[in-house]
Amino acid sequence: MRREKALIFELGSPGREGFSLPASDVPEREPADLIPSTFLRERAPDLPQVSEGEAVRHYVELSRRNFGVDSGFYPLGSCTMKYNPKINEDVAALPGFAQLHPYQPEELSQGMLQMLYELDQYLAELTGMDRVTVQPAAGAQGELTGLMLIRAYHEHRGDKRRTVICPDSAHGTNPASAAMSGYKVLEIPSTKQGLVDVKALEEALDEDVAALMLTNPNTLGLFEVDIPKIAELVHKVGGLLYYDGANLNAIMGHARPGDMGFDVVHLNLHKTLSTPHGGGGPGSGAVGVKKDLVPFLPVPVVEKVQDKYSLNYDLPHSIGKVQGFYGNVGVALKAYTYMLQMGAAGLKQASSDAVLNANYVRHLLKNDYWLPHDYGPCKHEFVLSAKNLKDKYGVRTLDIAKRLIDHGVHPPTVYFPLIVDEALMIEPTETESKQTLDEFIEVMKAIAKEAATNPEVVLEAPHTSVVGRLDEVKAARQLVLRRQK
Amino acid sequence: MSKIPEELRYLDTHEWVRVEGDKAYVGITDYAQDQLGDVVFVELPEEGEEFEQKDSIAVVESVKAAADIYAPISGTVLAVNEALEDNPELVNEDPYGEGWMFTLSIDNEEELEEMLTAEGYKKVLEEEA
Repeated sequence: MRREKALIFELGSPGREGFSLPASDVPEREPADLIPSTFLRERAPDLPQVSEGEAVRHYVELSRRNFGVDSGFYPLGSCTMKYNPKINEDVAALPGFAQLHPYQPEELSQGMLQMLYELDQYLAELTGMDRVTVQPAAGAQGELTGLMLIRAYHEHRGDKRRTVICPDSAHGTNPASAAMSGYKVLEIPSTKQGLVDVKALEEALDEDVAALMLTNPNTLGLFEVDIPKIAELVHKVGGLLYYDGANLNAIMGHARPGDMGFDVVHLNLHKTLSTPHGGGGPGSGAVGVKKDLVPFLPVPVVEKVQDKYSLNYDLPHSIGKVQGFYGNVGVALKAYTYMLQMGAAGLKQASSDAVLNANYVRHLLKNDYWLPHDYGPCKHEFVLSAKNLKDKYGVRTLDIAKRLIDHGVHPPTVYFPLIVDEALMIEPTETESKQTLDEFIEVMKAIAKEAATNPEVVLEAPHTSVVGRLDEVKAARQLVLRRQK
Repeated sequence: MSKIPEELRYLDTHEWVRVEGDKAYVGITDYAQDQLGDVVFVELPEEGEEFEQKDSIAVVESVKAAADIYAPISGTVLAVNEALEDNPELVNEDPYGEGWMFTLSIDNEEELEEMLTAEGYKKVLEEEA
């Protein structure tokens, strides 16, 4: 009875409707009498003709195919798919917050303003920055905002710099954001150990360099041990240090970007601070800065004078607004709730556990998969490679990812970072139990074994999903965006 | 093992150059196409555009990644391989032939001399492996 693969257009029957309206009590007019003909379509749109029940069943069926942290293990490297406590939702839904209008006067919005002010303070403390804006709606927008702040800082000093340096292991958004904000991107190589090549950096640095963008721990899950030296070199030529906070889950309460010498950070509240993530958000790419960059922050910033909170638009050097009103305040509320729930000790413990979980899985899988950067412990994530299986049995990372779907596991990040051949980037997060980790390890070992003994079952995976292996290449080369009748 | 024709010159960023008269044909190496996987789109420069050596001049997109292609020498774009628009898979199927990307004028012979030989490029690949 279930028509799992049918499009909604293929359901129902011509003329079937999900509504019935009473007879109109005003005279009917032809659309052509009211609207210029250039704006009128010639044919009625081809809409599904289904009953309300059919429409509901169709979309409920689709929704059951969703995969999220609430349905299973989701070790997507660089994304920190931790469990999102439901108390976050409760607090964000409190009528005093949820029904507040953004134009409501300040004296009637004190609770929300207090929350925004305190979140700014907490995030500044967590990262070692002086002020934080939660206006950017996502990590990538946070990066763009951070770079605009860097540009504003240099230009205010009459200093026209044109280059931003990114290591070759950087998140793809880093060079993209730098290019988007008008900078020339200079890529520098990593060492064999997977860290910034300090010598290459030194050679690349000159007075044209506006900033170095870095994640620490980096994309391989390794801590950049030379960070004090790196910061010194960048600052010596007048450049600034930008911290991509995507990997903050590794170091909360243990180390602070501000203390390492970073001048600007962006944080993904939807990663580290447990707000919902994926499916397009909404997210929050909060940006923190050291005091020299505070005058350039987006307006408004929330100020506290005595016990009153207010919105300050009087920042003459501000880069302006980067998002409607005050950002995604609902997301900010969830992050704030999480921080208060966890407390300082809890956040520190979360990072400790995230690092422990990653090292546990890494250690137990490193004989079944190739671990290219096997130096000391990793931080919150690690990068394996299926190169050993590809070379011996023709089973690639993509095949392993597809086979994981059969086991109810969301595949990890694949083919990133680019500097690792056949990369599998795994981030278990602190919210998974040892039992879940052990199950995942068993599944990964079983797939490695299958690759040797029965490669077809891996090469043809997935077998249990609604559709089998999709032809990604054909989909990309011959994109069809309209239903073909 | 990927193919590395003797007669071509290479960059360590996996571009090749073949000189025909006063034109330099440019493409990506067999190793590069293998690493990228199935190429689904190639963004080519415009004819007549001028580039300096090492400038980003084109972009190759596969299902796995998007990669910048760098100008191996300074010069003006003389022609682009329009066949790649509809058949990007030529880059995978015949990287040194039908999968060529564009031709450049040769503004500075010395830059060609400085490029890697097949032997030198082979060493680069051995180091990457």
